[in-house]
Amino acid sequence: MGDMLVYGTCEAIDGEKDPQCLMIAFHIIELLAQLFPDPSGPVASNAADLFDVMGCYFPLHFTHEKDEEACVKRDTLSRALMLAFSSTPLFEPFSIPLLLEKLSSSLELAKVDSLKYLHDCALKYGANRMVKHYKGLWSSLKETIYSSIETHLSFAPESLTGPGAPDEGVQKEALNLLQSLVMQDASFLSFVVGDIDIDIVFDTISSYCHFKEMLEESKRKVLAISEILSVSAKASASSCNKIFEIVFFRILKALGILEKNSEGDYIPQEDSTFSGRLNQGGLFLCIGLLTASKDHTLSSKEHSMVSSCGHEMWCSMVNRSAFSLIQMFSSAAASFDEDDGGADAYLGVKGLLTLGMLHGGSSLLSRSIFDKVLITLTSIITAECGKTLAWKLALKALVYIGSFIDRYHETEKTLTYMNIVVDKFVMLACSDHVGMPYSLILEAASDICLTGPKHVHKIIQGFEEALCANWSDSCVRGNSRSIENCVLLLDCFSNKLLPRLNGVVEIDDLEDILLQFAVSIWNKIETCRVFSCTHGKELIDPTMMAMRQVVAISSVETQNTIIQKAYSVVLSSTLPLMESIPSKPVALEALKHFDLSIRDELILSLFASTIIAASPTTDIPNVKSVVHLFLVTLLRGHLPAAQALGSIVNKLGSGSRGTKISSTSSLEEAYKIIFHTTFEVGKSLYSDGSGESSSGSEINLTKFCFGDYDGMNLQNHAITGLAWIGKGLLMRGDERACDIALVLLDCLKTTDSSGQVLQSSSMRCAADAFRILMCDSDICLSRKFHAVIRPLYKQWFFSKTFPILESSIVKPDTPLSRIMLYLAFTHVVSNVPTVVILDNAKKLYPLTLEGLSILIHDPLGKDAVYSLLLVLSGLLTDKKGQESSIDNAHIIVNCLVKLTSYPHAMLVRETAIQCLVAMIDLPHRRVYPFRIQVLQAIAKALDDPKRRVREEAVRCRQAWESIASRSTRL
Amino acid sequence: MAGKKMVSGLINANPVVYEKKERRVRSCPSSTDEHIDQLEVSDHIRDIKDPEHPYYYLEELKVVTEDSVEGDDGKSYVRVTFTPTVEHCIMATVIGLCLRVKLLQRLPPRCKVLAFPLLLRVYEHNRRDTHLTR
Repeated sequence: MGDMLVYGTCEAIDGEKDPQCLMIAFHIIELLAQLFPDPSGPVASNAADLFDVMGCYFPLHFTHEKDEEACVKRDTLSRALMLAFSSTPLFEPFSIPLLLEKLSSSLELAKVDSLKYLHDCALKYGANRMVKHYKGLWSSLKETIYSSIETHLSFAPESLTGPGAPDEGVQKEALNLLQSLVMQDASFLSFVVGDIDIDIVFDTISSYCHFKEMLEESKRKVLAISEILSVSAKASASSCNKIFEIVFFRILKALGILEKNSEGDYIPQEDSTFSGRLNQGGLFLCIGLLTASKDHTLSSKEHSMVSSCGHEMWCSMVNRSAFSLIQMFSSAAASFDEDDGGADAYLGVKGLLTLGMLHGGSSLLSRSIFDKVLITLTSIITAECGKTLAWKLALKALVYIGSFIDRYHETEKTLTYMNIVVDKFVMLACSDHVGMPYSLILEAASDICLTGPKHVHKIIQGFEEALCANWSDSCVRGNSRSIENCVLLLDCFSNKLLPRLNGVVEIDDLEDILLQFAVSIWNKIETCRVFSCTHGKELIDPTMMAMRQVVAISSVETQNTIIQKAYSVVLSSTLPLMESIPSKPVALEALKHFDLSIRDELILSLFASTIIAASPTTDIPNVKSVVHLFLVTLLRGHLPAAQALGSIVNKLGSGSRGTKISSTSSLEEAYKIIFHTTFEVGKSLYSDGSGESSSGSEINLTKFCFGDYDGMNLQNHAITGLAWIGKGLLMRGDERACDIALVLLDCLKTTDSSGQVLQSSSMRCAADAFRILMCDSDICLSRKFHAVIRPLYKQWFFSKTFPILESSIVKPDTPLSRIMLYLAFTHVVSNVPTVVILDNAKKLYPLTLEGLSILIHDPLGKDAVYSLLLVLSGLLTDKKGQESSIDNAHIIVNCLVKLTSYPHAMLVRETAIQCLVAMIDLPHRRVYPFRIQVLQAIAKALDDPKRRVREEAVRCRQAWESIASRSTRL
Repeated sequence: MAGKKMVSGLINANPVVYEKKERRVRSCPSSTDEHIDQLEVSDHIRDIKDPEHPYYYLEELKVVTEDSVEGDDGKSYVRVTFTPTVEHCIMATVIGLCLRVKLLQRLPPRCKVLAFPLLLRVYEHNRRDTHLTR
């Protein structure tokens, strides 16, 4: 019966070519082998035949279908065959010779498969069966590794911590096989260490110090032997010991750090100076071995084996020579010889890094070695005054060590790291270190601190201290260098440190540190009463940025504290913060003489950014007077004040505690202050107001938008301010946003209802206001800054304003106002989601096309033309819009043809031509009549000064020519 | 093999096929001066199929290369010198016409386009060992 089964299986496999059948057949072999493991059973007696029919499939290769199309993937089938190969040791006499033969093939696929199969077979057949093949295995394996090794070495910082060997391919499989062979049977190691090539390699490295001097073949051998030794050492503790015993001292000797002691034995020198040339080959081998032992300790740690590596022989060898090695690595790292791609520096730093990591995992090496490594790496960074390769390498190594010890939770080492590295950089950041550019110090410090939560804590405190010191210095002495440092510090803090804090590490008391940071900035401003005019202004933007970000990521309690602090500073300033709402109108004259000092401007901007970033539930003290303050400063053209007002009206009363505090700070009241505070025209600040009733001489914010009063250019400021306030209201879905939009629309007409003529600059400003309303901003009123955002608010606004815009565009006052109305229309339409545009395709088409044909004549409106063109292309390319496209085809073509020669922007020409290509998809009878017109325009575009336009033109011409005849083109 | 050649009746049944060259990447794409240059013209003609072997591009048969284009944008002329795969190729006129039409379609109307066959090629097909490498 058994023989019949085996025979039948042979029959079934022989000549079979269908992958699915083969899958099953290979599986049957596997089962047969399990069923008849007996060495005299049917499988054993027919092993040769069985293997004969199965072996001819190796290596698997699909001739017909591409791999993606096949129902059974090549890899799956190959795996099934592999399992069949390794199913029983009875196949060993046939399979191993076949696999070794195929290993020497030149086909990459055959090589990889052979190595995988050998790996699996060796494991399953067992060492006893494999031992007779060791010699052949070793020589083929060695050859394979030699031929697959990459001789180009990269010395870039990226490869410092990256994986040494590639992820897949011949080299990886070969090394895998080697490692498992050594792991399985220690006797295989004798082939490795007894190999003659090791001697050759040592000859090579002792005669050539540099890689670039070596012949390609010799270099290949050095690199391959290094890989072989490290992989073998990685396999087990005993193999590690053996390899170290045989080659480690030879390497040290080649490096020249061995000396003879009194008994005639070679021991590592205690302190040596390296005057001669560094031996790169020796360094490379040494690092390879150290890395292998590090990986070995790590893997035993990961498998939670009780590590006793400290007592292993290799460990004591490393311990004894560690100081000499560190010295040599550091002298290599300090080498200035950069003409060979920085090999010395790279190898030096890599060696130090490996030694530093060796310490991790178990208490292998004495702590002093770890200390020494850290000190050396730190000194490399501080010694370099430029950003050289060694600098980058050393920083990367330090960061890597930092995150390494954090990952493995080694408290003792964390402490050392903190004392040696973090403290040093914090100190450098605080002191005015002359030897090294301040930006480099900050870069290094912020990179290093991100390795662990405690480091972050320390570094933020350090930054705070440094900021305060520099700030005082700049105030007291007017030191311009200190101001620069402050700016660098704040930039680094808000651009590098804060954005990476959320993802990288979890910090428990981050809140407190941030609070402290923000409060100390406010404290500094409070105490520094004098600001030199020349430098103070540079500080405003970076400080605002930092403050915004700190407040944005803080909790509500922290925000409350910061705002209270800020408010108290504002109170102490000379800013016109009214404790109560003035019952009398503010004299306009007061605004005229109202000039902000640098310090006041700083306080105001910072206060505004605090408010901008606060969450809706945060309490703003004395909202009414704050609103009033921002209103007054807004009219003087202070943009952050306008944004803060927008933010206030957006968030007020909408928080969870909104109902509770609504009595004091409701949106209604703020709104009332903003729009009903009146300014008196023609009176001086101190004269008594005549009355409270609104007379002709009293105006509010809305009226400012329409006219020029008292010769002050308040109009544009008022319009921009109104836009931000409108944006705040719009985002929360407040109906009054539409009232503001109406006011802005009125500004677009040349004359307002009272007959006053508006300036063109104000009209443009009003048109831009629609962009502010609709565009997403990243400095204010965004999700990051806790804005209240009603879903689909843009759609809502569009549906409200579009009819009004449409009707006003139809009957414009003047050509100028027509342009401005279209500009506003563009801002609204181009920021609305495409779905809305497509739903309103019918109504939008005429306006879009007319807008394009009008804006084309406005040289300042090229961005608007582009946005509108994108709207048009959205309409053209979608199925929903196509019906309207057919109706308007004639006008569309005319418009696009005009745009193909738009002189102000290449993007417009390019997109117009793309739109013309898209028009081909309309029904043939509709587009065919335009063929001549389009081709004529495209002929001109073929001569466009920009290449990208010409390329598009060629494509377009081909498309339009092909609609005449569908025959094959040349 | 020889029999097949007779049946096919092609001028050169077994042309040597070369690797398609990688497109040269422009060193500075954002330069202000973007005249029509040699590279741009050769990009236009590299994907014309050979009239005798429609599976191959002219470029693959080295009938045209990047160097076979010369021209001057300022003087509005382009000259392409192509090399047929065999010296007595009667397809030369067809190839020339293909090149001319293609370039007339793709270059601005002001450009004069000339396409000449060059008959000084080292004709490798005469070597015995050549065969279709695909």
